[in-house]
Amino acid sequence: MDLEHLSQAPTDAETRAIDALLGPAAPDSHGAPVVHGPTPREARARRTFLLPALIALQERVGWISPGGLGYVCRRLGVPPAEAWGVATFYALLAVEERPAAFAHVCDDVACASRGAEELCSAMEARLGPCASSAHRAEPHAPRAGHAARWAKSPCLGLCDQAPAALVTVAGERPVEQAFGGATLARVEEALAGKRVAPASFALASLGPRRLLARAGDAKATTLDGYAALGGYRALERAFELGPEGVRKEVNASKLVGRGGAAFPTGRKWDAVARHVGKQRHVVCNADESEPGTFKDRVLLEQDPFAVLEAMTIAGFATGATKGWIYLRGEYPLAAERLASAITAARAAGKLGARIGGRDVAFDVALRRGAGAYICGEETALLASIEGFRGEPRTKPPFPVDVGLFGEPTAINNVETLVAALDVVRDGAASYASVGTAGSPGTKLFCLSGRVARPGVYEVPFGTPLSALVEFAGGVPGGKAITGVLLGGVAGTFVGPKRLDLALSFEAARAAGTTLGSGVVFVMDDSIELLPMLRRIAAFFRDESCGQCVPCRVGTVRQEELLARLARGAARGGLDVEKQLLAELGQAMRDASICGLGQTASSAIESAFVEFDSLGPLGRKRS
Amino acid sequence: MSESKRTIELTIDGRKTSVPEGSTLLQACQGLAIDVPTFCWAENLTPVNVCRICVVELEGARTLVPACSRKAEAGMVVQTESERVKLSRKLVLELLGSSVDMSLASEFQALATKYDAHPERFGPRAPRAAPGEREAARAGHHYAEDGEHAANVAQPKKVDNELFVRDYAKCMLCYKCVEACGTDAQNTFAIAVAGRGFDARIATELEAPLPDSACVFCGNCVGVCPTGALMFKAESDVREKGEWDESRQTVTDTICPYCGVGCQLTLRVQANQILRVTSPADHSVTSGHLCIKGRFGWGFVQGKKP
Repeated sequence: MDLEHLSQAPTDAETRAIDALLGPAAPDSHGAPVVHGPTPREARARRTFLLPALIALQERVGWISPGGLGYVCRRLGVPPAEAWGVATFYALLAVEERPAAFAHVCDDVACASRGAEELCSAMEARLGPCASSAHRAEPHAPRAGHAARWAKSPCLGLCDQAPAALVTVAGERPVEQAFGGATLARVEEALAGKRVAPASFALASLGPRRLLARAGDAKATTLDGYAALGGYRALERAFELGPEGVRKEVNASKLVGRGGAAFPTGRKWDAVARHVGKQRHVVCNADESEPGTFKDRVLLEQDPFAVLEAMTIAGFATGATKGWIYLRGEYPLAAERLASAITAARAAGKLGARIGGRDVAFDVALRRGAGAYICGEETALLASIEGFRGEPRTKPPFPVDVGLFGEPTAINNVETLVAALDVVRDGAASYASVGTAGSPGTKLFCLSGRVARPGVYEVPFGTPLSALVEFAGGVPGGKAITGVLLGGVAGTFVGPKRLDLALSFEAARAAGTTLGSGVVFVMDDSIELLPMLRRIAAFFRDESCGQCVPCRVGTVRQEELLARLARGAARGGLDVEKQLLAELGQAMRDASICGLGQTASSAIESAFVEFDSLGPLGRKRS
Repeated sequence: MSESKRTIELTIDGRKTSVPEGSTLLQACQGLAIDVPTFCWAENLTPVNVCRICVVELEGARTLVPACSRKAEAGMVVQTESERVKLSRKLVLELLGSSVDMSLASEFQALATKYDAHPERFGPRAPRAAPGEREAARAGHHYAEDGEHAANVAQPKKVDNELFVRDYAKCMLCYKCVEACGTDAQNTFAIAVAGRGFDARIATELEAPLPDSACVFCGNCVGVCPTGALMFKAESDVREKGEWDESRQTVTDTICPYCGVGCQLTLRVQANQILRVTSPADHSVTSGHLCIKGRFGWGFVQGKKP
C-alpha cells in the first residue's frame, strides 16, 4: 500500500482514547502500526477496529477531527480516504466540530403519532434549529450544524415510550442515554449529563410466555439470576444432543428468521456446519433499525444472557468458534448490559476456550453500529464489522459460504436466537404446541402508534391482528382503528377491512403482506396518511447506502413524488403520479442490490391499494 | 488452472449455450452476440454491479440479476429483453438521466431511445449546487424539498491541478475510479466513496484538493471513467472553448518511450495537441493502466517548458 497520511496531530485526549482501544503505539513509531508490512490477514484483523476507533473518538471528543482520523489511520494502516468514506457513512459520527452534548430527537412515524412534532418545535425554540435543517435552504450561509446541539433522528427503537430521544455527552466518561417519554425538560437534563429516569412500557403475552419468559425480571441481568431462572439448561441439552442433534431439532421446529426475511434457521446452520475445517462465525444481528421495531432491544436489555447462550448453541451446532453481536448504536443500555454479560459469562467459563469444562470453544465480541439502517442488511452488517462502508454485497455467494472476512457465517436475528433456546431445551414438538402448522411457536410484536398500551407482545402464531390490537387496549378513547402498518416501513399497510388477518407467515404471504420485523403500528383518524407516507419515503432516501442506481435515485424520486402529493400538487394528475410510483417501485424491487431498495416502495404502494382514497385517515391537504 | 474447468450449459433467450465454469452471464451473452448494456462494468476491473443497467431475468429468481457479476450455473434459463428487464433498464436510464449529466457517456442516448426513457418526466432539474454544498451533506439528513424539481448532482467542476479535472456533475458513481485507484490497478487509495445515499460522492480524505491528497496522478481513474466526469485538462479546455471536433482528430497507437516496460499508448490528437492518452484495456502489459509519465508527460512534444 502506498499510504499518505493526514498531517494534523491528534490531541492528547484523542490519542488516549484510541490507545485505550488499540493498546499503546510502539515507541518511536510516530503512531505507525505496530506490525509493518502487514499480510492481508493482519491488515484485515486491524481494519475491523476502524469503526470502534471512530466511535471511541466520537465518544471522547464529540466528533471525528482530522487529527483524530489521521491517528486512527496510522494505527490501523487504513488509507485516509477510505476512513473518511467510513466516517461519513454513519449518521451518529460527526465530522464537524460540535458541542460535546448532542440530542437526537426521533421524528419517525411512531413518535410522530405521539407528540414528536411538538417536542421538535420546543427543541427548536430553546436550542435553535435542527442540525440538518439549514442545509439547502440557504446554501451560501455557513451550515448551522457546527453550533447545533440537536438533530432529528429516524426511529430510535423506543416506540413503546414515544416520543423518544438519544442524548450523548462526549467526554472522559461519556454519557449516552436513550429514553422515551421525552420532553424538552428531560432532554435538557440529559444534555447536562444527568441520568434520566426510564419511562414505563408494557410487556405481555397472550398465551405461553416463552421469548419474554425472563424479560422484566431484574434477576435475568445477572449470571446467577439467569441460571436460577433456568438459564443455560438449553446449552446443557445442546451438549447432550450434539451439533447434529441440535440442528435436527431446529430444522424440525420449522423455526425461521425473525428479522424480516423468514429464512429457515436450521438450513442456515446446516449450510455453515458443512464447511468443516474452516474458521466459521456466528453473528447476532442486533442492528434492529426498522422503524417501529423494538422487540430485540427489549430482549437484549432484559435478557442478555439468553442471547449469549443461544449464540453459544449456534456456535456449537455450526462449528463456529467466533461470535459477534452487531448492536445498533442507538441502544446504549443494551450495550452496557451485553458488555457486562459477556464479561460475567467469560469469568464463569460460559464463554471461552473450554465452555463448561468441555472441548467446546466459543467467544463473543460486541460491535456497535453508528447510525445506519442499512447495516441491518446482513452483508452490509458484515462489511461494517470488517471496517468498510456498510454497503451490501451481491448474493450469491451467501454469507453461509462467504461471510465475515470471507468465512462461512451464520447471521441470526436476536429473537430467532432466543426462540432457538426454547426449541433446543424443550424439543421441536413442544415448541410446536402453539402456533400454526406452517408457523409453529410464538412471535414478538411491537405495538406502537395509536394504541392504549404500546409495548412488546408475545403471541402464538395465528392470532388475529385485531385480537392483538384489542389485547393491547385498542385505540385510546375507544376510537376506531383506521389501519395498521404491519411489518415496518418495509412491510405493508393493512386497511380497516382486513384487520382479522391471522398473524402467521403463511397467512401474511397469502394476503400479500409480511410480518416483517413484527411491527404493528396502529392508526386512527388522527394520523394523516400522506405526511406519514412522506416520512417513510424520506427515511428510505436517508438510509439508502447510495451504491446502486435504482435505490440511490429511486428513493429520491419517490420522496419528491410524495412531497408533491402531500402538497396536493400532483404533476399531470393523480393517475400519472401513481403510474410513476408503480414503475419506480417495480424497478427498485427488481433491480436494487438489496432488501432496502427492494422494499422501499412496499408500504407506500400498499397505501394506495389498502385505503379507498388518499385521505381516509385524515384530510387531503390541498 | 483453467484447463480443468468444467463447462456449464444454460439457456439464454431460448438459445442453448455452454460456457466455462466461472463465467458470468455477461460473458455467456457475449458468446451468443447478445447485447447487454453496461456502465459500471469494465473488462479490466472487478465487477461492482452498481449501475444495474445490465440486469437480466433469471427464471426462478425473485429479482432481476446483474449479468456483469452473476456467475452462470448449469440449467439457468435467462431472458435478456423481457418486459421486466426493459422496465428496469428504462428506469435506470431515467434515474441516471435526471440526476447526472450523461451527455458524454457513450451509448447513453442510444439506450435511452431503445428503452423509451424520458428522464424529464421527473420534472425540471433542481438548480446547480453551490461550491462545497454536496460535500457538506451529512448521512441521515437532507433538506426536504417540495418535489417540484428533480434533485441532481449538478455542481461546479473541481479544477485543482494541471493534469485532469473532476466534473462530478457527470459522476454516476460507478466506482470505477475508486477501483482503479485501489486494488484493481494503482493501490494508491487516494479516493473513496464518502457520504451516503444520494449524497454519496467520490472524495479524498476531508475532501482535500488532489495535490494535497495521496493522489500520484497516474490518471488511471481518468482512463476508466465512463461519463467524462474525469477528463484530461487539455481535453476539458478544448471542450470548454467549444473547439472539440472529432473530425479533426487523429488516433495514434505508439509505445511509451519513458522506460523499458513497453506500455502501449493511444494518443488522441487535435491541431497538433495531445488531448488524451489511453492504453487498450486488453493490452497484455498495461491492462489499460499507465503511470503519470506515460499518461501525462507529453509537454515536451508540444514544445512546452516544464
